[in-house]
Amino acid sequence: MTELASSATEHRGLTMALFGVFVLATLVITVWAGRQNRSAADFYAGGRGFTGFQNGLAISGDYMSAASFLGIAGAIALSGYDGFLYSIGFLVAWLVALLLIAEPLRNSGRFTMADVLAFRMRQRPVRTAAGVSTIVVSIFYLLAQMVGAGTLVTLLLGVSGDAARRWTVVAVGALMVVYVVIGGMKGTTWVQIVKAVLLIAGAGLMTVLVLAKYHFNPSELLGAAASASGKGEAFLEPGLKYGATNTSKLDFISLGIALVLGTAGLPHILVRFYTVPTAKAARKSVLWAIGIIGVFYLMTLALGFGAAALVGSKEIKAASASGNTAAPQLAEVLGGGAGTTGGAIMLAVISAVAFATILAVVAGLTLASSASFAHDIYANVIRRGRATEKEEVRSAKWAAVVIGAVAIVLSLYADKLNAAALVALAFAVAASANLPTLLYSLFWKRFTTAGAVSSVYAGLITSVVLVVFSPVVSGAKTSLFPDSDFHWFPLENPGLVSIPVGFLAGWIGTLLSRQQPDPAKYAELEVRSLTGLGAH
Amino acid sequence: MDSPPITTTPTDVQLIDRSEEFRTLRRSFRSFAFPVTIGFVLWYLLYVLLSCYAPGLMGAKVVGHVNVALVLGLLQFATTFAIAAWYARYADRRIDPTATAIREAHGAVVHAPRESAE
Repeated sequence: MTELASSATEHRGLTMALFGVFVLATLVITVWAGRQNRSAADFYAGGRGFTGFQNGLAISGDYMSAASFLGIAGAIALSGYDGFLYSIGFLVAWLVALLLIAEPLRNSGRFTMADVLAFRMRQRPVRTAAGVSTIVVSIFYLLAQMVGAGTLVTLLLGVSGDAARRWTVVAVGALMVVYVVIGGMKGTTWVQIVKAVLLIAGAGLMTVLVLAKYHFNPSELLGAAASASGKGEAFLEPGLKYGATNTSKLDFISLGIALVLGTAGLPHILVRFYTVPTAKAARKSVLWAIGIIGVFYLMTLALGFGAAALVGSKEIKAASASGNTAAPQLAEVLGGGAGTTGGAIMLAVISAVAFATILAVVAGLTLASSASFAHDIYANVIRRGRATEKEEVRSAKWAAVVIGAVAIVLSLYADKLNAAALVALAFAVAASANLPTLLYSLFWKRFTTAGAVSSVYAGLITSVVLVVFSPVVSGAKTSLFPDSDFHWFPLENPGLVSIPVGFLAGWIGTLLSRQQPDPAKYAELEVRSLTGLGAH
Repeated sequence: MDSPPITTTPTDVQLIDRSEEFRTLRRSFRSFAFPVTIGFVLWYLLYVLLSCYAPGLMGAKVVGHVNVALVLGLLQFATTFAIAAWYARYADRRIDPTATAIREAHGAVVHAPRESAE
């Protein structure tokens, strides 16, 4: 048993109590929010009553997943500078959302991404395509979070065995469904806000403690991390993880592009822009999010290098090969080390923060995908727009239950899937299928239904097929099926190919089809998206 | 391909779309958002390419254990914050007033969108 697991076992009671407090508090919020939900706008968009600052916190909560908190801190702790490369892509991406997407989406849409995509197109084919892509992106992302949660929570609680991991996945899945079904968007948003505050406070406290050990001199921290890593100054330079071969360099470029272009196409982020009253408030929420997320990623630098210096890569790898437990291990050291009360308290607190992070993100994903099912596929495709608001919201709640169940079952059987690869895949699909279609819909007058349908499906299918035939699935030691080899695509991330395919397909699909765009509808979309006339 | 559509009377929204005021608004928005987007994407790609293909430059020391790679990485943070602040200021001055004026002048023209027009 590793040192982390044994100290986690000793103080399991405290950790469990903190988990319990968070769950109880968020359930109270959820029930309170649920009692105020009356209309579809309440359920899908939290009554559009949040302020820019509140929504900025909630966006940060939705975005700073366990992958960014634990994953990036761990990646920096083990691979040094290359771990930091992730956070830069994750942050710069927000400018795409700020400049091109947030305000037009808020002005011209109502509840989902498809509202904008289908605005001037034939409703059924475009909504079906957008709904499918929303659900696929969300499920990949959801799987990543839940698979990670199962491993992580068992590790943090110091329990071992498959049974404990499975019960964790089931419990996380059940809680996320409860948040969404009872609390709707209002409840989920408050859960995100609470989580974001906890995460920032926890990371901030650890950052200060790490820097204090090095006289608040970052250069001293870097030096200590470099010498403890055993790799010297190379630890502080790019290349340890991605610099090995030409393929790994291309893989990194592919990942970088997918991160920057994917964020503004993530459905669970897009629906957050509907929770504020105006486009100006949507802009303010992105500005707040950029500030909060930026500061958070700067703190992960201190956490990652701090873990490398103070915990050491041997201890980190002993607890988790991917480095996901670097941050909790660092917390224990900062509190005074294993066996001390301070260490136990810090470990329990940071573990609870990580748990809160996972729960909040999965709730946001479940809400976005069930909203798209109900609003796009059920109400507009199956019922052809004849469903009442009540029926629509009821179907959204059922969809949340079904999506939750599917995610639980898949996570139970997909525990070998690499969480980081799943997240990268979700970003690649969002960048290849959703972003091109959004940009063309908003800014290209000539774009038609055929173009929209081709860019969504081409982007979606290309990304998924390339991943299936990549080393993520077969042909490498870390593959899903390490014993067979049917891969022919060399990169783990499909973005470098699938994003251009998504853009090209939208363009070619438009030019080849005989459909004529409707100039009156485009004029209406343009006026609405820029002025907010007639906005919901 | 770009021949004018054969419509007899333009809709009310089309009239707004063609008005001088709206065209100014569209120009203000696009002339900021499009070039700045291209700019920061290229700046980010430059950083990614340098990280992959210029290890010597990236590893050069600036001060203490701080190297060029770290400085460039932090510069990406700084430019992201700066562009966000720049856009906020620009939108406050050049976009919001025109958008508000158009919205107030034509409030009754556009109603909530019809869904499922099929």
